[in-house]
Formats: sequence, C-alpha cells, structure tokens
Amino acid sequence: MESIYLGIVLAPLIGAAVTGLFCLKLPRATVHWIAIIGVGCSFLLSLVVLTEQMGEGAETYNRTVYTWMVSDGIRMEIGFLVDRLTAVMITVVSFVSLMVHIYTIGYMEDDPGYNRFFSYISLFTFAMLTLVMANNFLQLFFGWEAVGLVSYLLIGFWYKRPTAIYANLKAFLVNRVGDLGFLLGIAAIAMYFGSLDYADVFNAAEDMAMMQVEIVEGSSWSLLTLICVLLFIGAMGKSAQVPLHVWLPDSMEGPTPISALIHAATMVTAGIFMVARMSPLFEYSETALSVVLVIGAITAFFMGLLGIVQNDIKRVVAYSTLSQLGYMAVALGASAYSAAIFHLMTHAFFKALLFLAAGSVIIALHHEQDMRRMGGLRRHMPITWITSLVGSLALIGTPFFSGFYSKDGIIEAVKLSDTPGAGIAYAAVLVGVFVTALYSFRMYFLVFHGNERMDEHTREHVRETRPVVTIPLILLAVPSVLIGYYTVGPMLFEGFLGDAIFVRKEHDVLSHLGQDFHGALGFALHAIATLPFWLAAAGVATAWYLYCYRPELPNEIAERLRPIHTLLANKYYFDRFNDVVFAGGGRLVGSLLWRWADAAVIDGILVNGSVRIVGWASGIVRLVQTGHLYFYAFFMIIGLLLGLTWFLGPEVWNLLIG
Amino acid sequence: MISDWPLLSLTIWLPILGGSAVLFAGETNREGARNLALAISVLTFLVCLPLWSGFDTGTATMQFQERYPWMSTLGVYYHLGVDGFSLPLILLTTFTTVLVVIAGWEVIQYKVAQYMAAFLIMEGLMVGVFAALDAVLFYVFFEAMLIPMFLVIGIWGGPRRIYATLKFFLYTFVGSVLMLVALVYMYFQADSWSIVDFHHLRLGYQEQILIFLAFFLAFAVKVPMWPVHTWLPDAHVEAPTGGSVILAAITLKVGGYGFVRFALPITPDAAGALSWLVISLSLIAVIYIGLVALVQEDMKKLIAYSSIAHMGFVTLGFFLVFSIHENTGELAGAALGIEGGMVQMISHGFISGALFLCVGVMYDRLHSRQIKDYGGLVNTMPVFAAFMVLFCMANAGLPGTSGFVGEFMVILSGFHSSIWIALLAGLTLILGAAYTLWLVKRVIFGEVANDGVAALEDINTREALFLGVLAAVVLGLGVWPDPLVSVMHESVENLVQHISVSKL
Repeated sequence: MESIYLGIVLAPLIGAAVTGLFCLKLPRATVHWIAIIGVGCSFLLSLVVLTEQMGEGAETYNRTVYTWMVSDGIRMEIGFLVDRLTAVMITVVSFVSLMVHIYTIGYMEDDPGYNRFFSYISLFTFAMLTLVMANNFLQLFFGWEAVGLVSYLLIGFWYKRPTAIYANLKAFLVNRVGDLGFLLGIAAIAMYFGSLDYADVFNAAEDMAMMQVEIVEGSSWSLLTLICVLLFIGAMGKSAQVPLHVWLPDSMEGPTPISALIHAATMVTAGIFMVARMSPLFEYSETALSVVLVIGAITAFFMGLLGIVQNDIKRVVAYSTLSQLGYMAVALGASAYSAAIFHLMTHAFFKALLFLAAGSVIIALHHEQDMRRMGGLRRHMPITWITSLVGSLALIGTPFFSGFYSKDGIIEAVKLSDTPGAGIAYAAVLVGVFVTALYSFRMYFLVFHGNERMDEHTREHVRETRPVVTIPLILLAVPSVLIGYYTVGPMLFEGFLGDAIFVRKEHDVLSHLGQDFHGALGFALHAIATLPFWLAAAGVATAWYLYCYRPELPNEIAERLRPIHTLLANKYYFDRFNDVVFAGGGRLVGSLLWRWADAAVIDGILVNGSVRIVGWASGIVRLVQTGHLYFYAFFMIIGLLLGLTWFLGPEVWNLLIG
Repeated sequence: MISDWPLLSLTIWLPILGGSAVLFAGETNREGARNLALAISVLTFLVCLPLWSGFDTGTATMQFQERYPWMSTLGVYYHLGVDGFSLPLILLTTFTTVLVVIAGWEVIQYKVAQYMAAFLIMEGLMVGVFAALDAVLFYVFFEAMLIPMFLVIGIWGGPRRIYATLKFFLYTFVGSVLMLVALVYMYFQADSWSIVDFHHLRLGYQEQILIFLAFFLAFAVKVPMWPVHTWLPDAHVEAPTGGSVILAAITLKVGGYGFVRFALPITPDAAGALSWLVISLSLIAVIYIGLVALVQEDMKKLIAYSSIAHMGFVTLGFFLVFSIHENTGELAGAALGIEGGMVQMISHGFISGALFLCVGVMYDRLHSRQIKDYGGLVNTMPVFAAFMVLFCMANAGLPGTSGFVGEFMVILSGFHSSIWIALLAGLTLILGAAYTLWLVKRVIFGEVANDGVAALEDINTREALFLGVLAAVVLGLGVWPDPLVSVMHESVENLVQHISVSKL
C-alpha cells in the first residue's frame, strides 16, 4: 500500500513541479492535462484507499517514510497515517480539487497566468494531502504552512491588483499569528511527551491528563489544556475563527476556483480536521473543549450576520463559510467530532458548488461581482441557476439535502452537550439557522430572480457558461444532494471513523443521539416537526419578502437601524483595529526604535560619542605637542622635579625634621 | 588515500596562494583573472568535499588534525583540526566563495584581479579561523580576515564607504583586543596555546567572568548582537554585493562559532551566570530588530537588520542550555538549542547570501537599493521574482526551507526553559514574515512602478546559475536536514556534557 500512499501525495507534486518549472514554455493544453492527470491519479488512488478502509477490519497504516532529523533524542519524521478519517479527507480533497482543476480550464481561459495557476493548485493539493496524511506533528506543521504559502500565492495571483497583494499579505500574517500558537503547542508536546509522533502522544495522553504546569508563578494549568488551547489557536488562524477570521473575506481577491477549493472546501477546514485528529488530547481538557465551543458559536452567529449586508456575491459566500466553520468548531467543542467531520465533508461539496456557481455567474457577467447589478439570471443560465438552488438548499439545511443531516446532527449534539458554554452555543447555532437561510436566499433571489439590473450591453451577452464550467457544477450538485442521506448513519452513529476519533463516555453525545436514530428517512421526516426547520423556512420566507416581494424594504430597514447596519458594514471594526493597532503600531514602534534608539542613542551618543571623546582627549594632549624645544625642556625639568620629590621627598623630609 | 592529505592546509593555502597568483598574474588580463579565480575557488570547494565524506560523525574529537611547531620558543603550534562545529562552516565558506566569484563576473569592471584576489585570500583566512586549534593561529586568522573585507568595502564600496569601513574596523578591533588579553592570560595558566587545552583549564569564578566578558565583547560584535550591531547595516549598505554576501554568510558566523569554540567550553560557569544577559539581548535582537527591519526603506539595510534578528536565534540557542538546566534541573532540550543555533548559522549563510545576491541583481540593473524605486518586478522579471519569493519565504522561516529548521529547533528548546522565551522568540514567525513579505509586496508585486522597471531584463544564465544552486540547497536542507544535523550531533552532545560540569 505504501506506493499507493506515496502516489497520492507525489502525483500532484510532480504535476505542480513540471507545470511550474516550465510554465513559461509549455503550451496551455499540455499544462492543464499534466495537472489534471496528476490530481486525477490522486483521486483514483484515494478511492482505492477509501474502499480498502471501508472494508471490515481494515487496518490502520502508520509508517515512516524517512527521518527528517534526530535531535536531542526526538525523532522527527515524515510518514503516513492512513485510517478512515484520512481516507475520507483525501477523497474529499482530491475530488473537489479535480473538479476545480477542470472548471479552471473554463474560468481562467483568458488569463495570462493560466499555466502558473495550474501549478499552484496542484501544489496546493499536494500540501493539503500531506497535511491530512501526516502521522506526526512535524509533518502536520509542514502541510499547515505549505497550504498557507499556496494560499498566499493564490490570493495574490492577480498581482497587479493592490487589493490582492494587500489581502495575501494580510492572510499570511494573520495565519502566522495562529501558527505561533500552533508551534508553541507542538513545542509543549515535544517537551512533555518527548515525541512528535501521533501514536506515541495519543497513547500517553491519559497519563498526562493530571499533569499541571506553571505558566506564571503560582498559577498552574493542566498541561493538556495548555497544549490544546495552543493548538486551537493555530486552528483559529487556518479555519478563520473569531478574532483571526479577518483574512478570509479579503482572500476573495483570488480567482474564484481558489475561493472554492482553498477558502471554502479544503484548506480552511484544516483546523477542524486537526482538532478532530487530536481528539485523544482534547477529550482530556474540558476547558479547551469549552474554548472551542464558545469561539465556534461566536463565529457561527456573528459572521453569519455579516453575510446579510454584503453586496459582493463572493463575500456573501465567504461569510457563509466563516459561519459554517463556526458550526464545525461548535461540533468539536461538543465532542461531536464525527459530526464536525461530516459537516466538513458535506460543506466541502455544497460550498465548492456555491462558489463555482458564483464564479459561473461572474464570468457570464464579465467579471461583475456586485449583486446589485445582477438579477433575473435564471432565465439565461438554467444550469447555474438550478445547481445554485441545490447548493443553497443544502446550505440552509433543507431536509434530505446533505447539509441538513450534518447541520442537524451538530445542533442536536450541542443540545445534549454538557460542555460549559453549550447553552449559549445551542442558542447561537439555532438562531444561526435563520440567519443562514436569510443571507443564502437573499443572494439567491438577488442573483437569479427579480429585475435584470445589469447594463444593456451585458444583458445582451449573458448566456450559460461552457460545459467545462457547468459539468463540475453538476458533478458537485450530486453529492450536495445525496451524500448526506447515504452517509449520515455510518458517519454519525455507526462509528465509521472508528479509532481515528476518541470520545470519552461522558462526552459521547452522538451515541446518545444515535439511540433515537432510525435511518436517514426518519431523521429527515422527524426534523420537519422541529424548530430548525421552521427557522430555516422563516429565513427563506423573509428573504423572499424582502428581496422579491418588497425590494424597496431592505434600504428602509437599513436606514431605520443605521447604527447596527454601520457596525455590520464595517465588520465590527476588526480590520480597522488591526490596521491601526498592529500594523500601524508595529511600524511606529519600529520607526521609534530605529530613529531614536539605534540612530540617536547607540550611533549618535555611544559610537560617534566615543569617537568624539577620543577626539576631544587627543585634542587636549595635542596642545602639549607644540614642537618647541624649550617647551619640552621645561616639561622635562618639571617632570624631573616631580619625580625627585616623589622618590626622594620622604627622605628629604625626614632629614629636615630629624 | 585522499583523506590522508593535509586537506585543511590545502583548503587554507590554496585560495591564499592562488589569490596572490591572481593578484600578480591578472593585472593585465581580466578574463584570465576571472577564470583563474573561478578555477581556484571551485578547486578549493572540491578539496573540502573529502573532509565531508571522510568525517567520522560518531566522535566529538578533532579530526583531520595537523600539528607542527611554529614558534617553538613561545609554544605556538600550527595546529589545525575540525569537529562538528567547524566542518559545516568551512564547507559554507568554500561554497559561498564560488558563488561570490561567479556573482562578480561581469559586474566588477574596476580592478578585477584585486577584487577576485581579495575574496580568495579572505576565503583562506576564514577557513583558517574555523580550522585553527591553536589560539595564536586563531587570533592571527581572526584579525587578518578583517583586512580583505576592509579593502573590499573601501575600494569597491558605495559613497559612504570610508565611514562604514572605519566603523566596521573599529567595532570589531576593539572587541578582539580584549580577547587577545584573555588568550594570553590563559596561555600563562595552561602553559599551552591549544584551544582544546583551554577547554580543560580550571578557572576560578572571577577569572571566568573576566575572560567570558572579553570573549563576549569580541564575538558579540561579530554576530552582531544588540547593542553593538550598528556597524552591520552601514557596512552592508556600502559593501559591493560580494562583500555583503561574505559578510552575512561567513563573517557573522565567526561570532557564533567563537561562542561554541571558546566562551561556552572555557568559561561555562561565567556563561551560566550571565546567560540571562545573552538570552535577553538575543530576544531583543529578535523583536526590537525585527521591528526596526519593518521600517527600512533601503533593501540592503532591511536584509542587514533581518540578519541581526536571525542571528539572535543563534546566540539564544547557544545559551538556552544554562537556563534549561537552571529551570528544570535537566539537560533535555539543551542539545536542540545548540544544534538549532548551528543549523540557523548555516541556513542563514545560504539565505542571506541569496537575498544579497538578489538585491545585487536588482542593483546592477537600476542602481538603486531603495524600495520605492521598485515595484511590479514580476511583470518584467518573472524568473527572478520566483527566486526572490522563494528566498524571502525561506527568510520568513517557511517549513520546507532551511530557514525553518534552526528556528524550529531553537523554539522547541526555548520551551524547555520557559514558555515565555519560546513565545518571544516565536514572534519572529510574525515579524519575520511581516518585514520580508512586505518587501516582496512592494518590490515584486504590483503594477510596473516606473520606466526603469518596465525596461528590465530577466536574469541571465549566470545569475540563474547561482540563484538556482542556492535555491536547491535551501530547499534541500529544509526537506532533509538530517545530513547536516548528524555531522554536528556528537560535538554538540559533547559540548552539552562538558559545560554542564562546573569548573569551580
């Protein structure tokens, strides 16, 4: 099997290397074929692995590929851990990546950076696969940073746009803040566990559960709480949880296929995946779980609200992603790791679909992204219209659609959870359902229904996009509808993920929930009588009323609620705060240290000052060096006198006294 | 057997004598001078390779030793040898010199032979510094290597080169004079000039403190540590590209090397007592200098400040052993710090060298180092832009490049001492990325900034060659640092054991 695992990772890397190194030479068709074949191989091999893992008694593969280095008794290695969790992740990643590769042929056809783009997305696929297949923290961090790098390159893909190169720098730096926490968490693991290998660390976790460490004098923390909180800070960066979420909306400056692949379906879920993978650690820290839960709830609710006031079609979907990542974090906090992974999976399909559909609209309208200049597109773009509707229905959790099963699983799990903060989180995810439905269908109605608000020239040219664009939409729409129905049982309640996820008995909300589970059909039918369904329905109805029936009303409401609207339009002032305090503050302090401490004090006073002192002293000494003979003779006589007095003075004195 | 040859002497004298030959032979024939210099530098590098392949990684004792009486009445020997600390630095030196010769190929048109000769002679002297096991021999090389650098900056430097050279010379000279006093004192105590004998010399606490301070001043200036760092930005700005590369890649490493060769093993108790000072200064270097780098408008100054911040990791890693021992009572994690510091030195040699070469490539075309004169280079120089982004990412410590390895190890080691040290050191993740990538944003990305940039031509084969080789090394060490680390391993373990035993 080892060669298969290597193949999964290396195929896209080879694709990326070849297309990247020769991107200025190779013709476009060759490039996209090389890249697609690379990722296609990964996908097919992932399917092989998934089938293998689905079989009864499939073994977990855990082996080292090579030793990165050994220092201080810690072996740092590169290796693979393949279990069912990995198998699900690699299949989702390579499938969505393949779809995005194909879609890109259509989306980027006029772009001069076509070849470079393929190289980047293949490199991304490699990095993400390395991350999810890691069997140790070092490789996890490698993948972690590598996806960050590619994300940086891709957000700034259109490097001539000032906004794009601002956004990619911002994304990298905000992620680095999270990475600092993550790295410290890894350092703590290396120190206390003496190993970076997952298996070693997980096996020792129970023994470490009681261990306390002192961070400041006199206050002791549980070691595992410390480690888990640090690791989660990393997840907050990558998975864009408040307050490290600020980079994700700006990342929409990248081309749409990237928004779909990296900033919705895969990379941003790395943090969620990581916490699930670390469940054997998080389970021993109530505090850490509570932190995850509360941060997730805040993200889920408050970021959803922002989606309502956005006018840029991609930004609406971006805020929706933030909110859904919050849902996943909530599930993690409630110890419903399987539910988080399940939502990660369904979300990957329907969110990639929504982004690619948005991209399809954007190309059709000649790179128009403002929803105020769209409308009525269902008449011109039937495939995009229907697939968008499917994606939206999945997102808001319509019964039988994939998003329904995963989201309802989370809501029910939180309801049962005892983790501190679960009450607030339950309220947040519940109200969040209404908010999700409202912003999703606001977007849907603004784009596909109502008046056609684009200019005359654009309207005449609107037509459905090419098959290379629409086929990925259809292929993604299928799992967006079906995957939940077929996998809810195994994923949530029958322990498909098996040993990959560890849940302590007292936290096991999903098995509790599973006692009432009698098949996907019953689950969906039952839901129609519950609150979330009616909240979602109310959201859709409100959206219809406001944006189809009385389209003048939203502006009036915004006018009435001016302070709230301003707060939302300014995204709670996070960006302003960071710009002023961190970016501005850093530069100010840097300038002060440079101009004052370095230039004025060290160079001005100490260095040049000592030169001046030497100069001044030598100036005085120089006064004596007149060059006149009598002057020197005079000093010799004075010297002689002084010398004689010094040596002979006491004797002369004695002589005189005596 | 080739490994029975006096390889170290060859590595020292081949470039020195060869450089002299270039000096005399190449006055009239520029092309000949270049070719001869290239041949000598490549040959020297090849001579080094058997050192690497023949090196026994299983022992911490000095290898490839050569020992002949030099001034027998004074007990001075011509004594050479390498261990896990010096071997990687010697390889770095000979490797970098080849690149510097290639980098100066067409760019230097004024006094070509002297230029090439200066670098070759400097190469031999620097190898001598790393290979010398006799204190007098060391001191001679240590001081002598200042002279070629002084000349390189003074002759081929920028408009303020006189100020820069004087500052450079005085700073480093003041530091090293006290070291000479310390060395002489120890000679009288040990009745030997052997550095290895110094390691085993028993010294009282007061003596150790004084000797340590003398070493500290000498090496802190070289590293350079805050607050004796201000010569470096000036020297870099005025130096020609090759001078900057050698300065950053090798000369600074002499400071770090001095700590592990002299200060730590000879005066462990004093180093322990003052480790708080060194650790504080190192963290100041990482954070304070990181912030200062952020606001630089001159690319060379920015990279110079970034060098100081990165070298902060070296001194931090070297001195963590004491605070780990004090805080935990154990030595676990100490070797990580010292090895991390060593890896950081080697890696920084490649990365900062590469970055200075990149600035050189730009300077050769537009004759400006000011960030504001650039912008949108990727439009006209895509291949160069790719290299620049790679090296900048390495400078920001991206995993998969060599820049990550050392920082990672030192942060891991720092955690053993205290989470706060690890946190403060870890701020480099953010600061390093901020100043480096902001530079990339302003220089590489964006619309074409001006007509100068619009007219730029992408790098030629010669430039692609040295940048490509460096890129391969930076990536190679990042993906598989084991060959480098395993060379140091025994020497580091040995040092940790040695300094954990008090000399009092």
